[in-house]
Amino acid sequence: MIGNIKGLMVTLRTMLRSPVTAQYPEMDKRTVLAKRFMGFPALLWDYSVDEPYCTGCMVCIRDCPTQCMSATMQDNLLHTEGKSKRRKIVESFEINLGRCILCGICVDVCNFDAIEMSHEHELSKYKRDGNRVDLPALLDMGKQFQRKIGWQPTQAKNVGATELVDNGAKGVPE
Amino acid sequence: MTIDQSPNSMDIMVNMGPQHPSTHGVFRLVIWIDGERIVRAEPHIGYLHRGSEKLSEGESYNQVITLFDRLDYVANLNCELAFCIAVEKLMAIEVPERSHYIRVILSELNRIASHMLFYGVYGLDVGAMTPILYGFRERERIQELFESVTGARMMHHYFWIGGVKEDLPDDFERRMKVLLPTLKQGIDECDRLLSDSELFLARTKGIGTITAEDAIDFGVTGPSLRATGVLEDVRISEPYSIYDRFDYGIPVGTNGDCWDRYYVRLEEMRQSIRIIEQAMEQMMPGETMAKLRRITRPPKGESYVRTESPRGDFAVFVVSDGTEHPYRVKVRTPSFANLQALQHLLRDAYVADAVVILGSIDIVLGEVDR
Repeated sequence: MIGNIKGLMVTLRTMLRSPVTAQYPEMDKRTVLAKRFMGFPALLWDYSVDEPYCTGCMVCIRDCPTQCMSATMQDNLLHTEGKSKRRKIVESFEINLGRCILCGICVDVCNFDAIEMSHEHELSKYKRDGNRVDLPALLDMGKQFQRKIGWQPTQAKNVGATELVDNGAKGVPE
Repeated sequence: MTIDQSPNSMDIMVNMGPQHPSTHGVFRLVIWIDGERIVRAEPHIGYLHRGSEKLSEGESYNQVITLFDRLDYVANLNCELAFCIAVEKLMAIEVPERSHYIRVILSELNRIASHMLFYGVYGLDVGAMTPILYGFRERERIQELFESVTGARMMHHYFWIGGVKEDLPDDFERRMKVLLPTLKQGIDECDRLLSDSELFLARTKGIGTITAEDAIDFGVTGPSLRATGVLEDVRISEPYSIYDRFDYGIPVGTNGDCWDRYYVRLEEMRQSIRIIEQAMEQMMPGETMAKLRRITRPPKGESYVRTESPRGDFAVFVVSDGTEHPYRVKVRTPSFANLQALQHLLRDAYVADAVVILGSIDIVLGEVDR
């Protein structure tokens, strides 16, 4: 009997506390997403030259554990005009968000700061193929994300990484 | 300890699962009952088999970590840790000090989260509706912290071969200072709510008893083994990472019944908090990732690493043939081994206790079926 009463006292005290639950679908009552929250991958926009960071190099596609992406590459017109340093630029990019497992490997292997895990995380769509997102949609997601967290490029960090990948690809002995 | 016992023609066969909510996943249990007594029980597994071990052979080492996240899907970081240590041992990598501490802190937090889930669900198993709300409330606090550190609530992919993905966020220490006392209070509350309740004691004391010898024979590890009075914890007997630097206790039971298995887990949460507190004190700023090539290519060889996951001895065996993909990955999962004792535990138990006994060994089907 004493044990039960002890338990009921806990319940009673909790009753007087404010609730800890968040009402998910309502916009103003949701929990706040952490800054590092990993939602769906999105492609980022280089505002300095007005083009995507992505060159369509396919590194992320090769390293994706679920093969949820595909991309094609084209020659960069802005480079021929001398405005951009990127010789190649992404032509098309598609991610099947239904397949994505949000592991963040694509972000880590990218040498150009082109892809980032956005805060987008809702999967329900009105159309059956609504989760197959193409390049404009991905760039939109990226722009929203850049605005939201005040994203800054981290190119300096990635310069070394590029060399490492090159060495690895050529099969230099360990 | 005979397992064979052909069902009598008078016995009734009852199917439990694979969609039964109290089997904690897709697990089918076939029991033969004679009146209220269980004559024989037969677990059927494999409904969640994804072939993780075989899939690993086609993935690169970093991609394999994502598969390990999905083995024990309530203690993801503990699984990641085991694989990372196994590959690091193979490649003889010196992992930076700070990342050791980050790993220990987060895996111990994950242990608490996992036991909190057990606590809540076990309440439901015995017919108490309230504990799950308390268990999930505490677990939610931990998952919120995980979200701010790793970016995900469950499938983290945060431990990398050679360290951790990125350093802890700036507000981590401040959050921990709030979280740890709250968790302690929460654990005490959970303890008061259920442990001494006469109704709970009547359902669990002396139910599903297993002796230490039988438990060892079945290969039971973790809290279920310690509940029988055997002091066996990989963190003590074969320290990995930096577990030898902390001072903490290993709770041990006496009777090996359901209540002991429950209380050992509850006490383990308190000890985990002790480890986290010490680790937070000892942790120094520094590097979090070893200097490595981007493509992980271990030399030819093999390594076997045992770790203590919330469910017991979680061991990984990795064989490398010198390429980017592992040649073979074998996982020794504690849930699978613990499940072997179920037939023995259920023999001559009441039908009403079947769920209580199954819940007390705390299986995760992702780990059983792999």
